[in-house]
Order: sequence, then structure tokens, then C-alpha cells
Amino acid sequence: MSILINKHTKVITQGITGKTGQFHTLQCLKYAFGKDCFLAGVNPKKAGEVFEGIPVFASVNEAKEKVQASVSVIYVPPFAASKAITEAIDAEIDLIICITEGIPVKDMLFVKNYMLKKKSKSLILGPNCPGLITPDEIKIGIMPGHIHKKGRIGVVSRSGTLTYEAVAQLTDIGLGQSSAIGIGGDPINGLKHLDILQLFNDDADTDAVIMIGEIGGTDEEEAAAWAKINMKKPVVGFIAGVTAPPGKRMGHAGAIISGGKGTAENKLNAMEDAGMHITKNPSELGKIIKRLV
Amino acid sequence: MKIHEYQAKEILKKYGVPVPKGFYLKSEAEFNSQKKSFENVNTWVVKAQIHAGGRGKGGGVKVTNNFTDLQSSFNSILGMQLITPQNGPEGQKVKGVLIEEGVAIEKELYIAFLVDRAEQKICMIFSTEGGTSIEEIAEKSPEKIFKVMIDPNKGVENIQFDHITSLIKVNVDEFKNLVEKLYNIFTETDASLVEINPLIKSNDSKLIALDAKMNFDSNALFRQNEIVALRDFDEEDKYELEASNYDLSYISLDGNIACMVNGAGLAMATMDTIKLFGGEPANFLDVGGGASVEKVKKAFEIMVSNPKVSVIFVNIFGGIMKCDVIAEGIVKAAEELNLEIPLIVRMKGTNEDLGKEILDKSPLKIQSADDMESAAKISVNATNLGA
Repeated sequence: MSILINKHTKVITQGITGKTGQFHTLQCLKYAFGKDCFLAGVNPKKAGEVFEGIPVFASVNEAKEKVQASVSVIYVPPFAASKAITEAIDAEIDLIICITEGIPVKDMLFVKNYMLKKKSKSLILGPNCPGLITPDEIKIGIMPGHIHKKGRIGVVSRSGTLTYEAVAQLTDIGLGQSSAIGIGGDPINGLKHLDILQLFNDDADTDAVIMIGEIGGTDEEEAAAWAKINMKKPVVGFIAGVTAPPGKRMGHAGAIISGGKGTAENKLNAMEDAGMHITKNPSELGKIIKRLV
Repeated sequence: MKIHEYQAKEILKKYGVPVPKGFYLKSEAEFNSQKKSFENVNTWVVKAQIHAGGRGKGGGVKVTNNFTDLQSSFNSILGMQLITPQNGPEGQKVKGVLIEEGVAIEKELYIAFLVDRAEQKICMIFSTEGGTSIEEIAEKSPEKIFKVMIDPNKGVENIQFDHITSLIKVNVDEFKNLVEKLYNIFTETDASLVEINPLIKSNDSKLIALDAKMNFDSNALFRQNEIVALRDFDEEDKYELEASNYDLSYISLDGNIACMVNGAGLAMATMDTIKLFGGEPANFLDVGGGASVEKVKKAFEIMVSNPKVSVIFVNIFGGIMKCDVIAEGIVKAAEELNLEIPLIVRMKGTNEDLGKEILDKSPLKIQSADDMESAAKISVNATNLGA
């Protein structure tokens, strides 16, 4: 088992014909059971074309019907990305993964409130995220597959390369990952730390979790409050941005301390209070996990 | 993206939000050409136009009651190096001044629109007390603050404001009208903040925006040409500006260990690790996912142009970006810039062996490290040796 995706997951790719979409679809196809998983692409202007054996359809609805897909991954450029997400919501895709970086905040606000209005059951991962992977089964997104190893540690993070850092430490010490999930660095996003912790908590094949957060917002605090009561598995936590100056956006659109809110200290305190094993040294995430399992 | 108060007030005016009559002036000559306008009114407020807040505390805002005072205040504020609690010890040179007609104030209020991340809604914050910062109001009298969550699919039309207007004794339609206009500004310009503090109730019960602060979502600038035109490059950190021209994400800090990293999260973690082992980071620098040799070179140029920097720490996790490509970029940049300060490189991920080989073979003195922790320790040590 794993969370959210496995080798039986059927995926469609929105924006499959663009440069980024092509490059990463190819990498995903080559990874483990990729060929069985990536079954259709979407581009209204290029319907009928075939990319690396994958047929391209005019709409998400059509692609979903044809290949019985439950997941869609989006590489559409920022100005059109919210439309692509909305189309996937309307097609009742179970899990919508948006890799695109740079989507206007207002567009994501519309998307999230549109979902509420529609009482949509779709889950969104991202935007501005690396995607997710279940090692040796399936990778959906832009992470380098080769650093992963099948194992029993869950990883959840707002950052891309910092996730890879944690993943590589786990692989190097021989533990590996059950699933690794990048929830993205935008202020308005889909699945949050809390949601992923819940999934790992219920996953029989996950023994412990590495949770990586960063400055900005209060998602880590909310996850900690939930974990304090409900989390049955050890969690090792790290928050990036202890040294970040207030009021400055640190690369990610959501990584900003504003009005005294969203500091690393506040998050670390909440996580420690929830019984998580926090560290200020990102190089020892793997070592700490090893002591705990 | 930030804009000046006078620019924010132009936007308010365009949407029909009342603001005091004012003149934005950049020189003595411009002041003299407007002289006549100043003669018939007694009270004028002279306000320095810089992006940082807290201008009053630094002497950048003056109220004058006669022409002589007005002229001398204008002359003293224009061109001054204005230091406020928000803009650092060097301060900011005042290049323009807003002179506004004084308004008789009955009550100072506060209103702002921003995005509430936790609720995933647009949030209107209103306070029956204004003039000081909202954080201060929240601390002293939280009961005076009202938050209204707005679903962007529904807007503000059906929200009831009777309670607020009864408290401040303002006509409910006038208040609603103001809220609608500010909300339209917020959504139509892709603002991340529209803050009117103070919003005042004048002696004749009119609502007027006495000050205005607006920030905009940089992700949305591609569709906001009118807002982009308001950008004032002089207000931005020169290193950050130079970096942004090359699509590098850079933030200046106060330390002496420059770092170049791929990915925002890892870049923050690298700064944190430097600090953890006793050093001080000189910057945040994310070279992004697809950094070319050219981009790496530019990043080096920006890092070494900061005179405080005595060590460079490169931390790369090669995913899509290959370590050998980065290594080539590093060698080329260091050679062309005649880099004389210690360079510590930690590389991990795709093609890391190839990358390390390139670094080892180069005639440059580069210290490699296998993990972030040891690289940070070497970097901190190197600064101690240099000092």
C-alpha cells in the first residue's frame, strides 16, 4: 500500500504537448510502471495526435472516459492553469495534481471557492509543487525518480529540492519511502500537511513521517494541532526559514512572514508541543527517523 | 509589488473613492509652479513618498498651517534620507513629495482587504479605530476589529454592514459603496493588499481615504500592465533587482556567507544551517530548476558584488538539473570573475560524480563537501580564518 497513488493508478496529463509537459511525461513513463499508468493527454487544439504512444484528446472528460482515469496532472502555463484545474474538477477527477508555478492568487481563490460551491469531491495537490511518488510503482511530477527507494517512511513537504534532500537521506541510510508528497509553495493550495498526515497515519505501509514546512501561513500549526490528538506514528519535523527576514517573500509565493504571523519559531513550537521530533538541522532528518523506527 | 501612496490614491480616485485634494511634486520648480494652489487653504500635509511604512516616525510627514511652513517642510523632506522603523539603517532617499489639503477629522477608522490563507477567502478587515498599525489595534482593543470573509464567487453585494455603520454613525449606503469600490480595486488589480489607514470620517460625515497602501500579486503582473507601469525601481534593493532581471530569486541579508542554492525551500534550509553552525548568511538565492551556465555566472556576479561577502557556499540538489552542468557553470563563473574568496560546494543528486570530477579537475581551489552540515561548517570556518 501507499497513499493516493500506486501502480494501478490511471493518469491523464493536461498540457502534455508543451515543452515541460513532454519532458516530464517522458520521465514519468520511464519510471517503474509508468507505461501502464500514463494513458492519455489533453490539448483541445491537438486532439488526435499521439505523444510517445499516448493519445491526446480534446477535453478532460473525453480523456477520462476513454482510459478510465482517476488522476490528472497539469503542466499548463500559469495564465491558463486555473481553467485547466476547473475543467478537471468539472470532469470529477479524484486527484488533480498541479505542477504549474506562478498562478495568480486570485485564480486559485476562485478555484477553491468554486469547489466549495459545487461540493466537489476532487482533491487538489499543489499548485507550484513537484508532485508525488510511490517508489518502484509510479511517479507523477517532476522529482528525480532515481533518488527514491521503496520503504516505509512517508515524506510530506512544501518544497521541491528540500523534499529530495529528505528522500535522499532516507535512501542513503537504507530506509526508503512509502510515498513522498510535495504539497507546494503557494499560499492558496489544495492538500495540506494535515491531510497528508492523516493519510500516512491510516496507511499500513507507513511507519513514520518526515514533515517539512516553511515560513508563512498557519498550515503546519493546524497539522500539529490535529497530530497532537490523533497521530499514532512518529513524525520528524523541520521548518525552513528560521533566518528569513519578516515581510520578504522567500522564493515561494507563500513563504512570507507577515504581521508577525507564519514564523518558523511558532511552527516549531506547535510541532514540538504535538510530540513531533523537531530538528533545526535539515541534514539529520534521516538519522533521527532511523533512531525512531 | 509595492507602489507609492500617491499612486494608490490615483487608483482610489479612478474608482471614485474620496481622497484629499493633493499634488505630487518632485522638485522645487514643480512646487513653485503650483504655488497658487496652496494660497487659499490654511492646512497642508506634506508627505514623503517612499515605499516603507512608518514615515511619520522618521520625520517624513509634516502638518503645516501657513505657506512659509509648507515651503520649508517641502524643501526639508524632498531629498532627505528618510529612515523609518521599516527600511533599515541607511534609509531611503525621498524623490517625491505628496502635498495634501488638511481635512477636519471626526474619527479615524481602518479598512483593508487581503487574502486570508487559512480561510481561503478574501478578507475585509475593519476597525472603528484607525491611525495606528492594525497589529497595535489588535493587541490593545481586539473588540474593535471586524473581519468579514468574502467568497470571490459571490462578492460583497449581499453582505450586511448595519452593525458597523451604526457603531461609526455613517450612512449604510455610503459605507457599502466604499466597500464595493475597494473590493473592486482589490480583485480587478490583482492586489494582495489594499489598506486604508486611516480611513476618516470627516466633520461633515464623509468617508475619506487619508492614507493608502497597496501591494500586488507578482504572479498576476502579466495581466496588469497599468500596475506594472507604477513600479519604482529606485525603491528596490539593487542586488534583488539585478537578480530578478535574470529570473534569479535573490534576497539580501546582513551576513558574510553568500549562498547559491536550487529551490526555495533548500535555499532557506541552507541559510538556516549556516546560522545553526555559527555563521551569518549574506543572502537567499534560488537559481531555479533549469539554471544554465549563464545564470550560474550571473548569480556569482551578484553574490561577489556584495562587499560583505567573504565566502561562497553552493548547495545543489540535482534533480532535473544535472550536477555536471552546474559544476561547469561554477568553474566558468569562478574563472571569469577571478574569484579569490573561498568557495565551498556541496552537490548531490543527478550526475553528482561527474559534477565532482569537473570541480576536482579544475585549477580552482574548491572545497567539496558531501552533505549540507559539513559544507556549512567548512564555510563558517573559512569566514573565521579570513577575519
